[in-house]
Amino acid sequence: MNDMTRPDFDKPRVVGQRTPRIDGEFKLTGRAGYTGELHVDGMLYGYPVSATIANGVLESLDLDAARAMPGVVDIFHHGHFEALHRSPNSMAHGDMVNEVRLPFEDERIYYHGQYVALVVAETFEQARAAAQRVVAHYREERGAVVSLLQTEAEGTLQESAGSSRGDPEAAFGGAEVKVDSTYHIAAESHLQMEMHATLAEWRDAGKRLVVHESTQGVFFQRNAMARVFGLAQENLEVISHYVGSGFGNKLFMWPHSVATAVAARMIGRPVKVVLPRQQDMTSGGNRPASRQRIRLGADRSGKLTSVIHDSTTETSLVHQYVDTCGSATPSFYACDNVSTSQRVLEVNHGTPCPMRAPGEVSGIFALETAMDELAVALEMDPVELRLKNNAEQDPASGLPWSSKHLDECLTSAAKRFGWEQRNPAVGSMRDGDEIIGYGMASCTWSAGRQPCEARVELRADGSLFAACGTQDIGTGTYTIVAQAVAELTGAELSRIEVKLGETSLPAGPLSGGSMATATVLPAVAAAVRDALDAIKEVAVGSGGAFEGSDADALSAEAGGLTDGERRVSFEEILETSKLSSVNGQGSAAPGDERSEYAFRSFGAHFVEVRIDPEISRVRVARVVSSIDIGRAINPPTARNQVEGGIVMGVGMGLLEKLDYDPRDARLINANVADYIVPTHADAPEIDVELLDYPDFKHNEFGGRGVGEIGLTGVASAIANAIYHATGKRHRDLPITIEALLASS
Amino acid sequence: MRTFAYSRADSVDHAAHRTMPHAAFVAGGTTLLDLIKLDVLKPENVVDINALPLKRVERLDDGRLKIGALVTNTDLAHHPEVKSHYPVLSEALLAGASTQLRNMATTAGNVMQRTRCPYYRDPAAKCNRREPGSGCDAIDGINRMHAVLGGSDACIAVHPSDMCVGIAAIGATLTLQGPDGEREVDFADFHRLPGDTPHIEHDLADGELITAITLDAPLANAGSHYLKLRDRASYEFALASCAAQVVLDGDTIREARLALGGVATKPWRCSDAEAALVGQVADKASFERAADIALKDAQACEHNGYKIPLARQAVVRALRNAARGETPASETQESQA
Repeated sequence: MNDMTRPDFDKPRVVGQRTPRIDGEFKLTGRAGYTGELHVDGMLYGYPVSATIANGVLESLDLDAARAMPGVVDIFHHGHFEALHRSPNSMAHGDMVNEVRLPFEDERIYYHGQYVALVVAETFEQARAAAQRVVAHYREERGAVVSLLQTEAEGTLQESAGSSRGDPEAAFGGAEVKVDSTYHIAAESHLQMEMHATLAEWRDAGKRLVVHESTQGVFFQRNAMARVFGLAQENLEVISHYVGSGFGNKLFMWPHSVATAVAARMIGRPVKVVLPRQQDMTSGGNRPASRQRIRLGADRSGKLTSVIHDSTTETSLVHQYVDTCGSATPSFYACDNVSTSQRVLEVNHGTPCPMRAPGEVSGIFALETAMDELAVALEMDPVELRLKNNAEQDPASGLPWSSKHLDECLTSAAKRFGWEQRNPAVGSMRDGDEIIGYGMASCTWSAGRQPCEARVELRADGSLFAACGTQDIGTGTYTIVAQAVAELTGAELSRIEVKLGETSLPAGPLSGGSMATATVLPAVAAAVRDALDAIKEVAVGSGGAFEGSDADALSAEAGGLTDGERRVSFEEILETSKLSSVNGQGSAAPGDERSEYAFRSFGAHFVEVRIDPEISRVRVARVVSSIDIGRAINPPTARNQVEGGIVMGVGMGLLEKLDYDPRDARLINANVADYIVPTHADAPEIDVELLDYPDFKHNEFGGRGVGEIGLTGVASAIANAIYHATGKRHRDLPITIEALLASS
Repeated sequence: MRTFAYSRADSVDHAAHRTMPHAAFVAGGTTLLDLIKLDVLKPENVVDINALPLKRVERLDDGRLKIGALVTNTDLAHHPEVKSHYPVLSEALLAGASTQLRNMATTAGNVMQRTRCPYYRDPAAKCNRREPGSGCDAIDGINRMHAVLGGSDACIAVHPSDMCVGIAAIGATLTLQGPDGEREVDFADFHRLPGDTPHIEHDLADGELITAITLDAPLANAGSHYLKLRDRASYEFALASCAAQVVLDGDTIREARLALGGVATKPWRCSDAEAALVGQVADKASFERAADIALKDAQACEHNGYKIPLARQAVVRALRNAARGETPASETQESQA
């Protein structure tokens, strides 16, 4: 259990201060080695061949032409592959995977893009050229399930993903004011900058496997691969020093990693596979399409009396993924009668997986749009409606919030936005050819925390070293770890070296769920304190710099120890005692506070859209947000997460849609020209305020994590603004030009 | 990607007289290399023409502007002659692609640009343009981006160029150099409608090379506008675009030029609509009538029906802005993104 009131963090010196990324120079100068760029001696290149149908059987592969191509070393497929085991796919045991089916496991084709072979050659170009010569003969079958959006099928109920309190059906039936609406969201691609990549190298005569993987979880990847290959965990090392983002599709292992490692073992040379963008999009995860029905009941004053949220999302035929849309709903508003249900429908797509604010971002679009509809039905200001139903404690658990300031987010953002200038009448605000629409929505994301270990060294050369087996996926984890060390030791940031992204380091968490910050920093702090205890013992010991003093009387200051009168640097203390370094181990985990408080972040987005109806053009002009995430450890990178989420929300609201051919479920826009995401020119003017209320009940640093909340609510605020401009309620995402035209 | 023989041409005659099977010229390479990597185009010989002396822009005595084939899209868009006498072309160029692509892409290469039909770009799909006689997966497939004008039962792929729409509204002549010498082709006749032979995209014989594009003399005292409508603000092909030039006599339209992009299988000059505008008052009713005429033969498939009203909107707004001689700030900020 952490001491939540440590005086260190009431007035932090480094934590909470604007801190340039310590890895920024490496990234700018190209010295930060991403997995796809790595090269080891003797390395070969793999290029997967993927199915061109979405439903059927692979009858045969014609490999002669490909084998005859220059540089080809081997071609792996169903008839030429190692016998392996599936991973148990357990979250609790740390071996969850994104697709349990092993590559080439059978000859059935379940989705377009499924790997049917892996060509390995001396160069990338040779591997790709040969892969294009592989001829696959399929027996295509009719009846592919193309999309949740193109069927009436209901899917399978997931009992464990639903919840209920009170009597929502009866309350809805008797409600004075009702909303009953259905929402659809198209499947989306993560489109992370760096495609999935694996470099597998077997050592010690095939007994030991070293894998470089672009992953959000080196330990999950290691554990899953250990199960698949029947290796002891000690004989497997996973390394991921830099990750070009993931947005959730790199949390868990995919089949390409297994195929790469098998190829490396069977050939006896290291093999690297970087998925081309098309395969990354067909076979490396997606946010599944969703269909949601929301029923809201309220009395005439706007008090919610019933919330019923029923959702269905897609999963693949080879892996069950549940994108629980309703998980935030029970905690969102004060209401006695609330139920959520979740179904999944199997479709012939590559397996969906978590994508930034998984489930909740879809659910919040539906819920917050329904709230806007309720505000219209009540003729009530939507901000007022939300304030009226603000939950003062968590209505799902009945526990008090650790720290919640949604009311201040709503009022502060409304003020900065200029909400009071909004004329609520539809289409009433104009500027030249354009109609201006104002819309808003609340946002939320749970505040989780995981167990974590860390190690810190104080070294005689004056440097400090901190290590944890978590990852920096571009969000700034390296920097906040250094900030924590600097905060507790007083050392300069430039003296602090941070190592992340290796399974040889103390076990760290997934970079996911907005949990890394709150999980890692307390463990680092514990390791720093352990190292400080160690150096104090050294200092007061025989021949030490503070020989004979009381260790408890010493404290850390400016990269050394002081007894109040005299400060001696760590390096001098170590030199004096002829030591190269002292070591500190630390671990931290959530404790009793989880049963005493409910932990969740909240915020609000206000959006201005401009619609030129005579040319069917809608653009998001301005977004003003106030977000309460506790303390922002490094405010610029924290704000950057929210800003990035807002831009992603513009894509979700107006642009992004994976297009599956209605005849055969083939994904036809698997490239960055045809799958449309916002460009710089689409990014609105963004004003993000991070409220600064440290949440010491959550952890001693007071930060709750920030990676996901910024995306939630944005698409709803856009849809609500479009309603304000046009009077047309858009319940399906993305809101396309076709939809605008249909409503004009 | 298949291997190919690469060579550099050091003179136009050399390039044009070279008789090679399955040969392709490469300049900026922004279309060709992309499609070779996708295994859609499979040239056995690639002839690099970047060293040829085709990078000049010159004003001819008769007032026309001769543009060398290798002038980049960026240079052309910012060329003083183009900016002052053909602003609609400058706007069209800057509405296309991205700065990086425009820096590489050339004038003739843009004329030769291939369609963005996803089925054309996917060797596993049926496509009469890529593989004659194989069928068309777009007509009953995802055809949101496809043409409503100029299509056939064999192909409904859009010609994706913005530049060509601007040129169509100006009028131009192409100079072609081939093994049998030089000839000139009207720009309006260069691109072919797909008909039964969508794989024959243009009037260019084997071994022929576009060496120049000569724009008609500028329309005196014209107001003009290129309006591109698309899902996002930048870096996307048009869903519908319109290049308009209008010459007014008081409130009356004396001359008009109109071309459509994003909705047709080739750069689409709207001559009937132009004729109908002449002598009319420059008001919304006239513009809407012109739009009706421009789109009267439009035919929609399942997913591209929205393009008909969208293209009408593009016509009406582009004509309005051209007639006013000014473009509202809300539109200009996107036109060059």
